[in-house]
Parts: sequence; C-alpha cells; structure tokens
Amino acid sequence: MKISVEINGHAYEGDVEPRTLLSDFIRHTAGLTGTKVGCEQGVCGACTVQLDGEPVRSCLMLAVQARGRSLRTIEALALDGTLHPLQRAFHEAHALQCGFCTPGFLMSMEAFLRDHPDADGEDLREALAGNLCRCTGYLRIVEAVEKAARETRGHDGRD
Amino acid sequence: MKPAPFQYRAPGSVDEALGLLGPDSTVLAGGQSLVPLLNLRLARPELVVDINGVAELDYVRADDGPLRIGAMTRQVALERSELVRRRWPLLYKAVRLVGHPQIRSRGTVGGSVAHADPAAELPVVLTALGARFHLRSRGGARVLGASEFFLGPLYTARDPDELLVEIEVPEQPEGSGSGFVEHARTHGDFATAGAAAAVAPGGHAGIVLLGAGLVPTRAEPAERALAEGAHPREAAALAAQDVEDEYRRALCEELARRAIEEAMA
Repeated sequence: MKISVEINGHAYEGDVEPRTLLSDFIRHTAGLTGTKVGCEQGVCGACTVQLDGEPVRSCLMLAVQARGRSLRTIEALALDGTLHPLQRAFHEAHALQCGFCTPGFLMSMEAFLRDHPDADGEDLREALAGNLCRCTGYLRIVEAVEKAARETRGHDGRD
Repeated sequence: MKPAPFQYRAPGSVDEALGLLGPDSTVLAGGQSLVPLLNLRLARPELVVDINGVAELDYVRADDGPLRIGAMTRQVALERSELVRRRWPLLYKAVRLVGHPQIRSRGTVGGSVAHADPAAELPVVLTALGARFHLRSRGGARVLGASEFFLGPLYTARDPDELLVEIEVPEQPEGSGSGFVEHARTHGDFATAGAAAAVAPGGHAGIVLLGAGLVPTRAEPAERALAEGAHPREAAALAAQDVEDEYRRALCEELARRAIEEAMA
C-alpha cells in the first residue's frame, strides 16, 4: 500500500505491507533512526514517538494507520542545533549511559511536561514508569526531568 | 518479531465493518493488546479489520441518564472526561491505572473489554458498576451483562461476526461512593490483584475482585453482608474467602477492605 506520513513536518512516502510496523517505517523508510526499537511488544517504551502530540508506542501501530497523521520523533526535539531543555538536563545530570532508551524517555516526558508543567515527586515517577532503562537506575533520570521541569517553569519562584 | 502477513481493511462505518467480520477476521481497535500478539505471532488472523476510522464509535455521553461509551473511545478520553470524573469516579480511578500514558493514548475502552484480559482494570470496574455491553452484527443486536459477556481469560460471548459497539453504565444513586485499589509490582504493570467497590447509601454494593479468578469475580456474599450492615473488614474477608492461593487470598482481602473503606468514606 502506498502511504504518505508526515514526520517532523516533512512528508515521507513509502510502499508498505499492511503488517509493516510504524516503528519500522520511521527507521527503515523514513531513515529516522533516532527512534529505537527494543521489545516490540509495548513494554520497554524505547520506540515512543508523538502522534498528533500524544506519546504512543510506534511498535504497536501499523504504518498504514499513520496515514494523514502528524508524527514527531526525537530528531525534531533540538531546534537549529540547540538542545531542548530536557536534552540538556539529561546531558548535565548524566541521565543516560548507553542511550538506547533516551529518545523514548524524551518524547514521553516532553508531552508529559507540556500537560503537567507543575509535576514533581510521585506524579513524575509515575509518568516515567512507561519507559525502561537498564543502565542508570533511574535516579539521574528523575533528577534530569525535575531539572528540566524547573527550567521550563522559568524559575518563577514556585520551587 | 514482526506480524505474519494479513489482509487489511479500514472501514469508515459500523455497517461497513460488520460486512467484513467473520471467522477469520480480527478487529483492530487501539492495538495495545492485539499488536503485541501479532508481533509475537500468537495471533495470525487472515483479515485485520481496523475500526480506528469508525468515528461514530468514539463518544462519551450521558444525555439520557446512563453513561454511554463508544467502543472506540480512547482510554485517555475517559481519563480526561469531566463527566466521568464527576459522576462515575470509579471509572476514572481505574482507567488511570491502565498501562501508561503511552498506552492509554491509543488503547480503547471497547478493546480492553473485548480483549477480556483477567488482569485488566476496566472489565472489573465495569462489572462493579453493572455495565451492559452492546453488540451488533449483520443479523441484529444484543445487550449482555458482565456475567454473560465475560466467559474466561481472553474469552467473551462476542461471536466472530459481532462488533462491540457500546458500553452502557447505569446511573449511580445519589450519594454513592467508590473505591479501586490494586497491587502491581511496578506502576502500570499488570496487577497481581485488585478490588473495586461501588457502594450506594443503604449499603447496596458492587464488589468485584481482579486476579481472583479467570474473569472479574463478583463477591456476592460480601455485597449481601455489606447491605446487612457488616463492617468493611468482615465484608472483605467474605469477598476473598474462595480465592485459592493463600498469598493471593490475603492480598485480595486487604485490597477489598481498602476499596470498600474508600467507597464508604
């Protein structure tokens, strides 16, 4: 089936089988390999991208289901070479080691902080539960997201 | 792994979908349970009927009294519905524990119900609330209660040519309370056990356990005891009395107590 999917503002076209997973379309057809594929059963969160602004597992969607929809992947996070506050916080707090899970964390957390700018503590940990990291032990990740949340709030004295 | 090849159709209406359903077809709603099964090749349907384009099945409304949820309603829509939160808070409490935000953004209410995973939250709270499940086929329509609909793990009364179109949740009496508690090893994981309680003034209650059996398990002795004025602790012991494994029984009893107390608080 011939499909066209908008990813990060560009239209990507491809001829796919119905069984082609969206994660494979993003990586193999569009060539955007920042999105990682881990478990392919919806558990690990490495393949998380944003579909019309909502975080989704791209391994649990068929590519044909993304026709006419707007996707956003990790490649769109940094603007003109400037890291997104979340990316900078992950870098500064050393919230990654191998980095395989990081794009999924960032795409999940960017959507979460947009909807919950004041989140901290338990809420934030709950929001992180949908992404697995086998290196860091999570403490630095929690620290990084808290740091990014503070920065996004703009140090307006609320914390 | 990748799915085995299948034919794919994406109907735009219920009637069109019903024309496609049969013994070799599978309905694709949110895909949060079906696509893992396809990827693992545990499911190998000939035909996948994708109902994501059936907009007429995406609604949450209560115009005529009961809450009516279209089968394609995303779980996140239920979570964000002010109507649900205000008048059917048990649904709100439970849907927040379904998977993770990345799952609820795609996962649907109808999909969770039709998939009938014995560890799923929505079938349990819908049972406690006395929900009715509306099925349609080319030949007609029927409406089933929870005890008629949920038959076993991943097994419901829905025939292959039928589509679950709506979940109807009765109005809850004025002054009702509700509680839902579950135990999962990590947040968002499938729960080991859980309990839902919907208690109306006067003690008329719906108490349903998750993880105590092959389907949502209605605790009728506990419901009767509560109506006769039993303490939540006594009702919880009755609710869990038939759970086989000792650890699971203790867990169910404690979770039932917490759910009932939350409902009566």
